[in-house]
Amino acid sequence: MKPNDSSIPAIEAFNLTKVYGSGNTEVVAMNDVSLRVARGEVVALLGPSGAGKSTLLTAVGLINLPTAGRIVIGGVSVLEADHALVDLRAFRRKHLGFIFQKANLIPFLKAVENVQIAMEVNDVAPRAARQRAMELLDYLGVADRAGNLPDALSGGQQQRVAVARALANHPSLILADEPTAALDSQRGRQVMELFRKVAHEQGAGVIVVTHDQRSLDVFDRTFEMEDGHLKSRQEPDGSIAKDSPHHN
Amino acid sequence: MNLATKDIRHNLGRFALTTVGIGLLLMIVMGMGGIYRGLIAEATLLVDQIGADLWVVQGSTRGPFAEISRLPASLEDRARAVPGVASARRFVSHTIQREHSGRPLRIVVQGLAWPDDRGDWIPLLAGRPLRQAHYETIADRTLGLPLGEKIKLGKDVYEVVGLTKGMVGSGGDGLAFFTASDALAVQFDTPGETTRLERAARRARVEAQDLGQVQPLLLERSAGPASGIPAVAPPQVSAVMVTLQPGEDAVKVAATFSTWPDITVYTTQQQTDLLLSGMVDKSRRQIGLFRVLLVIISTIIMALIVYTLTLDKIHDIAMLKLIGARNRVIVGLILQQALLIGALGYGLAYWLGTFAFPRFPRLVVIETPDLLSLAGIVLGISVVASLLGIWKAMLVEPNKVLS
Repeated sequence: MKPNDSSIPAIEAFNLTKVYGSGNTEVVAMNDVSLRVARGEVVALLGPSGAGKSTLLTAVGLINLPTAGRIVIGGVSVLEADHALVDLRAFRRKHLGFIFQKANLIPFLKAVENVQIAMEVNDVAPRAARQRAMELLDYLGVADRAGNLPDALSGGQQQRVAVARALANHPSLILADEPTAALDSQRGRQVMELFRKVAHEQGAGVIVVTHDQRSLDVFDRTFEMEDGHLKSRQEPDGSIAKDSPHHN
Repeated sequence: MNLATKDIRHNLGRFALTTVGIGLLLMIVMGMGGIYRGLIAEATLLVDQIGADLWVVQGSTRGPFAEISRLPASLEDRARAVPGVASARRFVSHTIQREHSGRPLRIVVQGLAWPDDRGDWIPLLAGRPLRQAHYETIADRTLGLPLGEKIKLGKDVYEVVGLTKGMVGSGGDGLAFFTASDALAVQFDTPGETTRLERAARRARVEAQDLGQVQPLLLERSAGPASGIPAVAPPQVSAVMVTLQPGEDAVKVAATFSTWPDITVYTTQQQTDLLLSGMVDKSRRQIGLFRVLLVIISTIIMALIVYTLTLDKIHDIAMLKLIGARNRVIVGLILQQALLIGALGYGLAYWLGTFAFPRFPRLVVIETPDLLSLAGIVLGISVVASLLGIWKAMLVEPNKVLS
């Protein structure tokens, strides 16, 4: 099965648990969380600080491995408990895209190079990488700033470049951790709508951790985390459904 | 895409300052090697330039450079009589420090065996060799004496008729060539009062002996010039330089000299070895150890610089790891920067050295093998210095991006 096959879910996570410390200092940051996101679907992950949202996001992003559980991305089993079944860095490179509260652009690279580098580390030839980087910046409306260093870009422009970088390698899953926190409401909404557009047009699953209640209508589904549990799910019509992580 | 050069371009000022610092440090390392080579060149310069085949010196001494040697000047004639000898010249050498134009002037006085040796073999920058038996000198330009300058040494005044370049003694002091008799006059010049007192003392000694009482002529002689007294030896020379006839075996001729119990003979190579193993050896070891220290210091400083540069990029390195960059991309970023700092620092050191070293008070000789070995050392330093930064970068987790 190929990770980029559109008929299979972007991600399936089963019974993910993350425990920090041990004994008296043990903290369960994420407890038995299961989740399934289809390709082209945009889901929001809500919850108070410390609820475990970022823990879940970094776990499915293969950055901060869970203590227990299983993760399948694009049909490929990548993690069983805390044991990696694939080369995680190589898998991230090919199949995952990340966006954070701060754009985290590399300051010594121009906008286009920040996108290009994501492809070059994935063995895409420099010329082809540059061409796609320009296409992505154009798609995201920042092609005119391609030659600028991050310092010369506004917060919104930087975030768009970060989105372009996340899309560069045609990921099956895009993970965004409070991507609009540093933006004003108008630009925040623009970015959220951009995720929706990207998910639908590029066929990637998108998980967005957010506190921004004003843009919830953008999402296909909304999950809420509390005390490490994925407790509830809000349907687009506003009704709270029974916890069903494998809804699709 | 070369991340190292992109980062350097972004932080050009800091990188340039770092490179200048490393460059200056490497220039010192390079200069130390050059000073060592210069010591050897200065120490052996005279022996090499004079071109004698054998050096006859006082018995059981290692003169005339490594220690004092005194020989009667008549040894010249004895040496000429040895089979295989083409010529023999007296060698007079001593260092004096006098006051000239209100500043101290250290001169290595060299005596030429006039009239056979007029200094025609001395490479001149300006002027001419000696053309008269007295009161002329050929001086090295490091002495700061221009052509035509007159300098008073003892009771006599000498005119600078020729200038040389790079003719210095083993101590780095400039050479001045005189006729041997002038060189001896400079060496044994004494005030008139000293001469008068010495003559009076001689007369008193003779008067006190029965020979003086029965021979009044002796009293008269003893109170006169020393040259008129047969029992008083004339001034002695430092060595006798022997030139062999073409095709003669130096070892064979030296073996003949070796049978004379009052002298010791050295070939030019042995004389050079004496200079290097004795006079220069401690300086060589001192400079060598200092050089090792400088290399270690350079490595530590470079390592700290590369480490600091890496720390500044730690968030970017975490981001690179997050997007899946392989370790070799990150190692390349750090290593290439370290190598660039090393290479540019080396180039800068060489460039600055070409301006600075000729202005040093003592000779600095930069030779190609030394440059190549230093390039190798700089390469090693750069690699070692980058290890600390690479180690730090390898420890960074991708989730550092979130902090």
